[in-house]
Amino acid sequence: MPTSAVFTGLDWHPVHDARELVAYPFMQHALAAGTIVAVTAGVVGWFMVLRRQSFAGHTLSLTAFTGASAAGLAGVPVIAGYYLACGAGAVALAAASGSRRSLSRESAATGSVQALALALGFLFISLYHGLLSDLDSLLFGTFLGVTRDQVLVLLLVAAPTLALVAVAARPLLYASVDPDVAGAAGIRVRLLGLGFLLVLGISVAETAQITGALLVFALLVTPAAAAHRITARPVAGVAVSVALALAVTWTGLALAYFSVYPVGFWITSVAFAVYVVARAAT
Amino acid sequence: MSAVELRDAEARVGGRTVWRDVSVTVERGAFVAVLGPNGAGKSTLVRAVLGLQPLAAGRASILGRPPGGANGRIGYLPQRRSFDPSTRIRGVDVVRLGLDGARFGVPLPGRRSRAAAARVAETIDLVGAGHYAARPIGELSGGEQQRLLIAQALVREPQLLLLDEPLDSLDLPNQIGVAALIRRICRERDVAVMLVAHDVNPIISYLDGVIYLAGGTAVEGRPEDVISTEALTALYGVPVEVLHASDGRLVVVGAPDLHGHHAH
Ligand SMILES: Nc1ncnc2c1ncn2[C@@H]1O[C@H](COP(=O)(O)OP(=O)(O)OP(=O)(O)O)[C@@H](O)[C@H]1O
Ligand SMILES: [Mg+2]
Repeated sequence: MPTSAVFTGLDWHPVHDARELVAYPFMQHALAAGTIVAVTAGVVGWFMVLRRQSFAGHTLSLTAFTGASAAGLAGVPVIAGYYLACGAGAVALAAASGSRRSLSRESAATGSVQALALALGFLFISLYHGLLSDLDSLLFGTFLGVTRDQVLVLLLVAAPTLALVAVAARPLLYASVDPDVAGAAGIRVRLLGLGFLLVLGISVAETAQITGALLVFALLVTPAAAAHRITARPVAGVAVSVALALAVTWTGLALAYFSVYPVGFWITSVAFAVYVVARAAT
Repeated sequence: MSAVELRDAEARVGGRTVWRDVSVTVERGAFVAVLGPNGAGKSTLVRAVLGLQPLAAGRASILGRPPGGANGRIGYLPQRRSFDPSTRIRGVDVVRLGLDGARFGVPLPGRRSRAAAARVAETIDLVGAGHYAARPIGELSGGEQQRLLIAQALVREPQLLLLDEPLDSLDLPNQIGVAALIRRICRERDVAVMLVAHDVNPIISYLDGVIYLAGGTAVEGRPEDVISTEALTALYGVPVEVLHASDGRLVVVGAPDLHGHHAH
């Protein structure tokens, strides 16, 4: 396909194009929502990669899909479904992982939760045929129709979540790198682990609203994994992770706006390119 | 007041008694080795002192408090800990966690933060880990990681050091170097040290006392009493010989867990 057929909306004039990008309220909302989501995903993703809980993150994103389809079936707002299902998923994962931190056992338990979430999601979809028209955006994301209220809810959830992570950052880092000594130093390692899974669930629920349930990874894992490769300093690492997530989101939204392809595709592709560059360069 | 005092203590792990009737004392500033075959409950003893392993019976007083009550004044090095190669956190950050990693709140840059960084740097120099502390800990060798972890245990200037096989994964010169370092800290800063070891030779000349765990209980004594051919042979159930080297040092030969590195 020739470039002009893909980027149908593009003037190929940077100033015009940039101005057009922020001209319409729906695009302003999408950019605001994307910014909130990128900051959250960048911070929480950095800790998730450090804790090697990407599999748990992936499981929660499938839970987000289950929650959204259940909400559709029950006739409640899809966004409520995202938050509730991810919260419940986080608690289920914490319970399933047991008391001892054993990776293999954890991933077996996590996999079981994941399979159940996916099966339930498809059950709800098939029970409620009306939702099928929205299936694409549930799975692969949309930036159309992000409302002002939705942006507000994103912000109201993200701000206290990030504040919580900032306050608990040092104990969380300690418990993540060195759980035995952290426990001896008086840190409630188990409780902190549950708390982090809840924060992860919230971040997944937020990210899924932009990227769709299946492509949450592009924002949650890829910028964070690249940041871990780029620097081993914790504070700088979180900053790089956020910066990359923002760059990926903004670029992805702009490309989606001017082209015929969906936003999830662009965000994922840009994120992948960033990771490849980070890998090659470090 | 002693650094560690256990009276008639018993530990049960998974419903099974690991040891009982254990009465041991570690005085302030003393350097004490904890010896015993695999599975005797050495790590369990260390965890009991930290309050991570509740006692099934008996009493304990650690730095004048019940177990767990004085952990802020204890430096702890758990057994055989190595970081996953993918852990991309600098060594200096791992040491810093030992200083204020348990504290909630956002650390603001300023005088306090600079003082903390200076303390971390000083401790890293003390253990001789300066030239690799800025590298990601997962990329370091086992011995390099171990030195940084010792720095992490030391950085709060504890009154009691609990070191569970700190010489493990170190080569011979490093075993001797780290043992000498621990002994120096013990003497200069009046820190009590409980050091779990399998090879007693690198530390044998520094010891003020020995705690032997075997047969479900513990024996405590002066090194010259416990480190004898008869006592060790009885304890391990295999022939062990204690030799007197020409420089007057003791060398243990023959115990499966007390590898006689020095004996060639
Ligand atoms: N989580 C656990 N569940 C059940 N039993 C355990 C557990 N941890 C340790 N044990 C048992 O408790 C006993 C003492 O273990 P401990 O780790 O204290 O021995 P150790 O003297 O430190 O051995 P090593 O020299 O191998 O380090 C062992 O018999 C061990 O099998
Ligand atoms: Mg042990």
